Amino acid sequence: MTSAAVQGLRTTDAPETADVDRRRWVFRHPALIRVCHWINVACLTILLMSGLQIFNAHPALYWGSISTFEHPWASIGADQDAQPPKGVTTVAGHSFTTTGVLGLSRDAGGDMTERGFPRWITLPADQDLATGRRWHFFFAWLFVINGAIYLAYGFASGQFRARYVPTGAQWRHIGASIKEHLLLRFAEGEEARHYNVIQKLTYFVVVLGLLPIQILAGLAMSPGMNSVTPWLLTLFGGRQSARTIHFIVADLLVLFVVVHVALVILSGFWNNMRGMVSGWYIIDRKQKTVPHV
Amino acid sequence: MSSRKIMFDRRRIVTGGAALLGASLLSGCDDVSEKPWARRILDKDEDANLYVQRLLLSDQKLAPEYPEAEISPQFKANGNDDPKDKAYRGMVKTGFATFKLAIDGLVERPQSWSLPDLRAMPARTQITRHDCVEGWSCIGKWTGVPLGDLLKAAGLKPAARFIVFHCADTMDEGGLDALSADDADTSGDDATPAGDQAPASTGQTKAPDAKIAKSAGGTGDASDVGSHYYESIDLVDAFHPQTILAYDMNGMALPVAHGAPLRLRLERQLGYKMAKYVMRIAVVDHLDGIGKGGGGYWEDQGYEWYAGI
Repeated sequence: MTSAAVQGLRTTDAPETADVDRRRWVFRHPALIRVCHWINVACLTILLMSGLQIFNAHPALYWGSISTFEHPWASIGADQDAQPPKGVTTVAGHSFTTTGVLGLSRDAGGDMTERGFPRWITLPADQDLATGRRWHFFFAWLFVINGAIYLAYGFASGQFRARYVPTGAQWRHIGASIKEHLLLRFAEGEEARHYNVIQKLTYFVVVLGLLPIQILAGLAMSPGMNSVTPWLLTLFGGRQSARTIHFIVADLLVLFVVVHVALVILSGFWNNMRGMVSGWYIIDRKQKTVPHV
Repeated sequence: MSSRKIMFDRRRIVTGGAALLGASLLSGCDDVSEKPWARRILDKDEDANLYVQRLLLSDQKLAPEYPEAEISPQFKANGNDDPKDKAYRGMVKTGFATFKLAIDGLVERPQSWSLPDLRAMPARTQITRHDCVEGWSCIGKWTGVPLGDLLKAAGLKPAARFIVFHCADTMDEGGLDALSADDADTSGDDATPAGDQAPASTGQTKAPDAKIAKSAGGTGDASDVGSHYYESIDLVDAFHPQTILAYDMNGMALPVAHGAPLRLRLERQLGYKMAKYVMRIAVVDHLDGIGKGGGGYWEDQGYEWYAGI
């Protein structure tokens, strides 16, 4: 990206606003961020579903370099001796019955069958490791290219500083922000121009923490990459640890998405969606008549 | 001609991705991955992986090696662990006294070596991690002959591009679930005998593999109705210092479960590349016409030929 292009895309800390129909609109998301966001949605969805397909080929997790087959840290399987058989998920020595979802779930014909994650959440639905890997690596490439464009733009344009780094005042009022967040009181007016401190920290951790860790943990599982970047194995504590961390970070990303989507819905679904589709977001519905708390 | 060209193009990945996404939304990803055109786009992942890893991995970069203390107490034997092929059973009975490793195809001096011949050659010992495509890992100690030494002894012809390993085991017994790799067996539904064909499609008269199955261990016996296991690698991997044909595992003769008398060790790729029960090495200039042309038994079932990730 040339510097002229970056200049053209640059937005200042105070975004453009417009007053139309007694509403105050703010131009919240530049086009490049919107495009990257939706490509990312597709990539993460497919990466998750194909990742669970791959996990199902050996639904057990270990710490260290190698697999200790009799003693996994976590595993999903079926107790075939039980009458009727049941799905069992074990994590750190604690077992849970998860029949119907984990360990034992219905196949295409409706019969209960032993498999890690159920067919409605894996890609492909049926057990097919080879095809799952194809989907996973293809969309991993797309995800990495998309993420690289997003990061280059975010840093060069100053968007990241504005979006992800809390201001001094925000740090000082972090307690009050947490309380408002928990009470589901959403900002309006001038306050809604910027992300609050919890949003900033969450996006910071996800974009610059979890997602890069996820890529590195994925690469640490590659025997080819291990010959070039053996330090990745050291960083994660061995290949099986990297696989376990890859799984845990995927869970954390799912948790993030659940909370993110819930808050998008609760804080004004259509306004939020318009913001991420067209860029424009309403921060004040009836100007000056609704004081924010 | 090469049957496998590196074609990596970022724009194609992005536009291909967009096409895939659109089609996925319309008809569901499962249907999409059944379509040949979509499969061709998806399969670009392998070209990208190969291209980038070939840029990053110099020819000499070594896979991590581990101390003795980290050797797995239990090294899982996957796939065929006790081949039933009659010719192979015969070799097991005599302690592989009659075994000869043949190398032919695009070589100046076709050779064959007995196990004592191979053991008399300079050996390499390495303690490495074995990663199965399923996700698990084991660490083992392997001793064997560097493949590069054998290739030099035979002398590659200039046209040589790939090294093909033909194995003694037949992949039709069934019984294992479909997910197994590394020599594992599936239902064997549409399996055909490897290489006893020349399925017309290629037309190259130079193809040196028309006689393949004939010399692979299990020919002609009753169990020979499925595909023999086979694998292939290119010359970059063939001459890598850690690429050996191992005859010892953890300080003892390689057990049958792990591929006696010889198994390939290819430490920068996944387990299914590391063919067990290797009987014959063929040097070729293309992979068409061998098996189903994918370059290996599992590749013929849709797995990547380049398994560095």
